[in-house]
Amino acid sequence: MRRTISFTLNGKPARVTVDDERMLLWVLRYDLGLTGAKFGCGIGLCGACTVIVNQQAVRSCSTPVKDVAGKQVLTIEGLSKDGKLHPIQEAFLKHHAFQCGYCTSGMILDAYALLQKTPRPTRAEIIRHMDDNFCRCGSHHRIVEAIQEAAGAGPGGAR
Amino acid sequence: MIPDDPNLSRRDFLALPGLFVFFPLEAESQGPARQGYPSDFNAYLRIGAEGRVTCLVGKVELGQGSKTALAQLLAEELDVALDSVDMVMGDTDVCPWDMGTFGSLSIRQFGPVLRAAGAEARAVLLEMAAERLGAPAGRLQVKAGVVSDPSSQGKRVSYAQLVEGKRIERHVGKASVKPVKAYTVVGQSPRRKDAIEKVTGKARYAGDMAIPGTLHARILRPPAHGATLKDIDTSAAEKVVGVRLVRDGDMVAVLHERPDLADKALGLIKAQFVRPQPGVDDKTIFDHLLKTAPPPRVVGQSGILAEGEKLAATIVDETYLNSYVAHATMETHSAVAMIENGKATVWASTQTPFPVKQQVAQALGFTPENVRVVTPYVGGGFGGKSASRQAIEAARLAKLTGKPVQVVFDRAEEFFYDTFRPAAVVKIRAGLTGAGKMVLWDYAVYCAGDREAQQFYDIPHQRTLSSGGWSGGSTPGLHPFGIGPWRAPSVNTNTFARESHIDILANKVGVDPLEFRLSHLSDKRMRRVLEAAAKQFGWKAGRTPSGRGVGVSCAIYMGTYIATMAQVAVDKSTGRVQVQRVVCAQDEGVIVNPDGSRQQIEGSIMMGLGYALTEEVRFKDGEVLDRNFDTYEIPRFSWLPKIETILVENPEVPASGCGEPPIVNMGAVIANAIYDAVGARLRQLPMTPARIQGALKGG
Repeated sequence: MRRTISFTLNGKPARVTVDDERMLLWVLRYDLGLTGAKFGCGIGLCGACTVIVNQQAVRSCSTPVKDVAGKQVLTIEGLSKDGKLHPIQEAFLKHHAFQCGYCTSGMILDAYALLQKTPRPTRAEIIRHMDDNFCRCGSHHRIVEAIQEAAGAGPGGAR
Repeated sequence: MIPDDPNLSRRDFLALPGLFVFFPLEAESQGPARQGYPSDFNAYLRIGAEGRVTCLVGKVELGQGSKTALAQLLAEELDVALDSVDMVMGDTDVCPWDMGTFGSLSIRQFGPVLRAAGAEARAVLLEMAAERLGAPAGRLQVKAGVVSDPSSQGKRVSYAQLVEGKRIERHVGKASVKPVKAYTVVGQSPRRKDAIEKVTGKARYAGDMAIPGTLHARILRPPAHGATLKDIDTSAAEKVVGVRLVRDGDMVAVLHERPDLADKALGLIKAQFVRPQPGVDDKTIFDHLLKTAPPPRVVGQSGILAEGEKLAATIVDETYLNSYVAHATMETHSAVAMIENGKATVWASTQTPFPVKQQVAQALGFTPENVRVVTPYVGGGFGGKSASRQAIEAARLAKLTGKPVQVVFDRAEEFFYDTFRPAAVVKIRAGLTGAGKMVLWDYAVYCAGDREAQQFYDIPHQRTLSSGGWSGGSTPGLHPFGIGPWRAPSVNTNTFARESHIDILANKVGVDPLEFRLSHLSDKRMRRVLEAAAKQFGWKAGRTPSGRGVGVSCAIYMGTYIATMAQVAVDKSTGRVQVQRVVCAQDEGVIVNPDGSRQQIEGSIMMGLGYALTEEVRFKDGEVLDRNFDTYEIPRFSWLPKIETILVENPEVPASGCGEPPIVNMGAVIANAIYDAVGARLRQLPMTPARIQGALKGG
């Protein structure tokens, strides 16, 4: 059904008038022009489309936009504040925890969700939490290190 | 491959402001590496009046880090700050022709071309500075793009000042590149040039190109390779508001401004296909390959095989298999095409922008000058984006609709049209003397290709045969779908077979597998990487199977030497393997960017776990049964072993590739470690739990 959906996007009010079954990924990319979330598998298996909804990591490729009505949506574009990178981004930068970069937005946001819930995760907890995020270039080792470093930066990865 | 008209690049280049320095071609100095590259070195660099340096290369950034490493090479030779170099990559209108980004050639083959361009530009600028400063060029120093006269304080001029507002044509003779010991930028690990964009989501990929009015295309695909369309009813699809239906020859596409509605329309098309005759599947393929492959040809021979047979006290014959493997890049094949004023522009995720330009021109009936292929960041390639069907489809649809068109494969299309790593068979017959010396090696590889098929151990009587391969030479009907290069093509197969067989021979004579290898190796570079890996690993000599679960494998990949050791744990009840630790030592000659090299080694180890343990494409009668990651299992975080990388210094040897070599050992090192753990020899990749259980039962 076509209707207007309102939600908070990266701290600002957002309204779209769309088919409310449209997946959030398409709304973000093609109705709102935010291309940081990527299409990978289309069925929520790979994590490239991950965004944060009310502090939880969700797969935007399989989340109808109606499900985020009235909620807080955070995408990679909203993670840095006033031109300052978020500590998780800083850590990914420092460790070069990416190669092609296609999975990176999803990786960073899933790490963000983890650190919100578990500010000081063990290595095993990081691996368990991130296990459904796929990286074909094989940056896993560095991503784990980056998340460990960001966790050391403070609760939720915040300074 | 038709090189671009170099005059075209030059003409485009001339449209840009800044310094123009013309050099005579020193083709001889470059040797065969320069084949096809533009003769005008200006094609590769531009010095802007504002002092920034634009480096233009036909290579593309797939994640392998070329954007940074190539900038390092140019900054080094030109003597400018790395931060002042802006990279422009894979844009066929402004970058010099390049065949494509594959084969670990960006540094090994293209690197010398770029270095030469930088060195000659520096020589010209120095000459200009000498005239400006009234000092002999030999006395001048250059640092960060500023030329100064040390014997006269304050006398200095920047490259920017030298060229500002001027157009200068000047020729110099051959300028020598810097010696390795003078390097200050090469050999460092600066921040990757793509880092900020990639951690902030600003990095643009082909599917991110936002052009107002773009239509998203979904194309009707056959259910199987070889299936033909018999009947189609598009009436329901056409009722979707805003949809456009296009039929053009073999192509049926629905387009809409929103991808979900194009998808919906595709789902409403009723199509009947005639399936092909029953054919091979993933189990019968190996017999099929052996029956259908062209006769093998000799690619290497020394000694006399019959002599080897005579000398041998023990003969070991084995056959090794590997299945088709998908590239499974996270970014599916993507493209956006737009046609304006008779010129097509295609933004494509491709490893081969210049060949794609030719293909698009042909498909549209345009002259190549009227096609521009732009390559934004590419979300992984591994050889799979050498083929770029989606770019041609987008261009065709843009022409047919008169609108910008985006084609982004869904995951099922990505699997269906992937050019898989070919399934392959290797047969080896090797002989040992009573004293445990290898005296016979008769090797035949079918369908993988002959790259690095020849072995490097000291064996007096040997022959290497090869039939078909990823790059062609196949008989019709050999493979039921597309095949092509997959990271280190041929060499994953050849290394798995050779290094497994070497381990079997070591076991036959009861010698530690490392010691057995070293006792047949006079190649110093190979000995060095093996010894470096062994030291880091803490290799303790022993007979296999020792129960410790340790394995070794070594290989050469186009001039790069790699030794890998691994430790695994095998759960005998389930057949599951956990790779616990991997040590990899690599000698790639001069190391341009140590951290970049380590990233490639780590990535190769991780990616290599996939083809070693789980990845195989299942298919039947032309239908690709794996369509997504639910059945096609790629490596994930929970597989992550402890990874240790060793870069073996070898500055005497020019920089060779590092993006592919470290993956080639992964099949054999794990197979050998599994044997050491539980005494089960796996001769087929991937080594799935079922195959391991089979091998444990003596299968």
